[in-house]
Amino acid sequence: MHFAFTEEQDLLRHEVRKLLEQQCPMPEVRRWMATPDGFSGELWKRLGELGWLGLMIPERFGGAGLGWTDAIIVLEETGRGLLPSPLVSTTLAAATILDAGTDGQQRRLLPGLADGSRTATLAILDDDDHLAAGSLRRRGEPDGAGFVLTGRKTFVADPTSADCYVVAFRTGDSAEELTLGLIDAGAEGVRAQAFPTMDATKRVGNLVLDGARIGPDAVLGEVGAAWPAISCLLDRGAVAVAAEMIGAAQALLDLTVQYAKQRVQFGSPIGHFQGVKHPLAEIHMQIDSSRSLLWYAAWALDASPAEAPRAASLCKAFATEAFNRIGIDAIQFHGAYGTTEDCDVHLYYKRSKWARATFGDADYHYERIARLRGL
Amino acid sequence: MDFDFSPEDEAFREEVRAFLVRHLPPAEERGPDFMQRWLRAVREKRYVGFSWPEEVTGGGGSLERQYILKEEMTKARAPMLGIDVTGLAWVGPAIIQWGSEEQKRQFIPDILDSKSAWCTGYSEPDVGSDLASLQCRGVREGDEYVVTGQKIWTSLAHYAKWIYMMVRTELDTPSRYTGITCLLVPMTTPGIEVQPIRNMAGGHMFNQVFFSDVRVPVENRLGEEGQGWDILMSALQNERSGLVEVMGAQRNLDGLVDLAKRSRRNGRSAAEDSRVRRRLAVIETKIEALRLNGLRALTQQLEGGAHQSQSSINKLLMSELLVEIHDFSMELQGQRHQYMPGSEEVVDEGRWQAGSLSWPTTVVGGGTPNVQKNIIAERMLGLPKD
Repeated sequence: MHFAFTEEQDLLRHEVRKLLEQQCPMPEVRRWMATPDGFSGELWKRLGELGWLGLMIPERFGGAGLGWTDAIIVLEETGRGLLPSPLVSTTLAAATILDAGTDGQQRRLLPGLADGSRTATLAILDDDDHLAAGSLRRRGEPDGAGFVLTGRKTFVADPTSADCYVVAFRTGDSAEELTLGLIDAGAEGVRAQAFPTMDATKRVGNLVLDGARIGPDAVLGEVGAAWPAISCLLDRGAVAVAAEMIGAAQALLDLTVQYAKQRVQFGSPIGHFQGVKHPLAEIHMQIDSSRSLLWYAAWALDASPAEAPRAASLCKAFATEAFNRIGIDAIQFHGAYGTTEDCDVHLYYKRSKWARATFGDADYHYERIARLRGL
Repeated sequence: MDFDFSPEDEAFREEVRAFLVRHLPPAEERGPDFMQRWLRAVREKRYVGFSWPEEVTGGGGSLERQYILKEEMTKARAPMLGIDVTGLAWVGPAIIQWGSEEQKRQFIPDILDSKSAWCTGYSEPDVGSDLASLQCRGVREGDEYVVTGQKIWTSLAHYAKWIYMMVRTELDTPSRYTGITCLLVPMTTPGIEVQPIRNMAGGHMFNQVFFSDVRVPVENRLGEEGQGWDILMSALQNERSGLVEVMGAQRNLDGLVDLAKRSRRNGRSAAEDSRVRRRLAVIETKIEALRLNGLRALTQQLEGGAHQSQSSINKLLMSELLVEIHDFSMELQGQRHQYMPGSEEVVDEGRWQAGSLSWPTTVVGGGTPNVQKNIIAERMLGLPKD
């Protein structure tokens, strides 16, 4: 019985935090979020060199061969610093390629994803953003032993910077007859759009396909049997986003506590008043409890696949509500200063809006928990 | 991360299960002297006082095994392991940690044998959450302390043979935390008067206890004079995963889900109502958070760390949960919720009504949610003290 991190894992957290504090403090975050790609390619390569992008990629492909309990450490820290980066999308794409890809596909793609020379993302959803097999309607038209895709994939993270897309499409009439394929950026009939977003540290948009080809060697896994992999991907996505959320929520709580200790009104720091300290204590309880749920979900992804869907939903639902709440409360506790562009609080607030619906909001996951219970 | 126990500890689990098969027959086969036999059996096996040192006839068991023992006992819905709940919960551990050899010999075996009955004298009429301001006086006169004052919310004082109490032995000390002394006092001592306080559920658990010139021999002092606050704050030896509470909450959730399936809302099964489903899922999520927070605390304990504030987090979460479970149980019953046992219309034999009237004792006892928030804010977040 050991529900905690190992010394190596604590060290990893320490190293990631130190590097991000030095290389990407908040002024740098603000600078990078205003650029077209939205992140520093140089810092990304550095993360690759340090081995933090390929934590879960096997050693034979240049990674560290570790698991989700390690990956969430890095994600929590990138969330804490609001690091603009395609880490969530690349991590999820790599995990899917690792699960479903052939040895050839893995050899072609994973080393570049591990060392930071390439990035990848997911293009799963169609017009309906409800996360269910039946929502994925876009059909792949058979083209020899491959497929041709036309139409738009929505809510694609880091659409314009990715080198490669993991795309889901329909290949049969029953709800779960879905297939995954790989599409390279810049291929014929492939156009990526990033839209202006509230959270400028995250790039999101569409992938517009017009006769894009998925050759036989680009089909990921078995034709028509991709739903389990997609479903697993959604669980992992929920956990990855939750990890970033918890890191960010903790940073925002720290920022707010700091302010409550310094800001003096009516002759004492506002953190002295129970109207301020009690909500902060409640939020601390919620974030800390989210963290327990996150660790459990990461453990389940690594060690107990049967428990993973429920564990992922527990953690995403609870963390979503905690982060949303501190996002709103932190602005109010900062008073007028909290409404300004100067104050970093709005960056976290905007992140909480991005994170809420990504890979399912609290309502979605609570409903899923109820269903998994047999309700 | 690893949720498994060692093979040796799992072998211990099997031993507990075998014990339960032998000593815990189904309710209808238990017979009138079952409880006596049960208490004797758990005592012989040293399951009662399981983590207490073997020198005082405790079990000398590890925290891991204490957790496993509790888990198996709770799963099997076993009765309590001893009658003297207070003695087992904290008076015994305090005596083991602070008591003289003679006090250990005098008190510990009786607690383990269910022969004693302790109550606790902490709270006073004007002293609730702010315990350090206690006023009950203990004045040293020769070889005795003369105790005068009042205690309140004293659980089970009407059954107790002894009271474990804090008195102020020194006034005007530089710190409010010094000058408090712990005394062990027979309830039969002249000058002690117990008055019942009936609770909102119609039951009697709490009392007021009045002390007028109660003479207590110096040898009944636990620890040194002025050491009371340290004793009060000393870490209990028990594992602190909150496992029993978690399993209780899980049972309540099972009951709620079942109740939702049998209830109707807005003209259809409540189990199909999206709001009902969400509330049940929120409760499930909080129970899991509580369970996992508890396992984190257990891990910290196993590594030798003591995190008092972590238990405030769990106390706060537990309080939220208890209120939510019982409030929701009433809502699910619609108008039927008002019927009490004795009515042919009462739901689930009045289980939820009883819970709705008893949660306040648990939530308020040991520090209200607002006190827990103060502890979290001040000790964990470093915000200014009230």
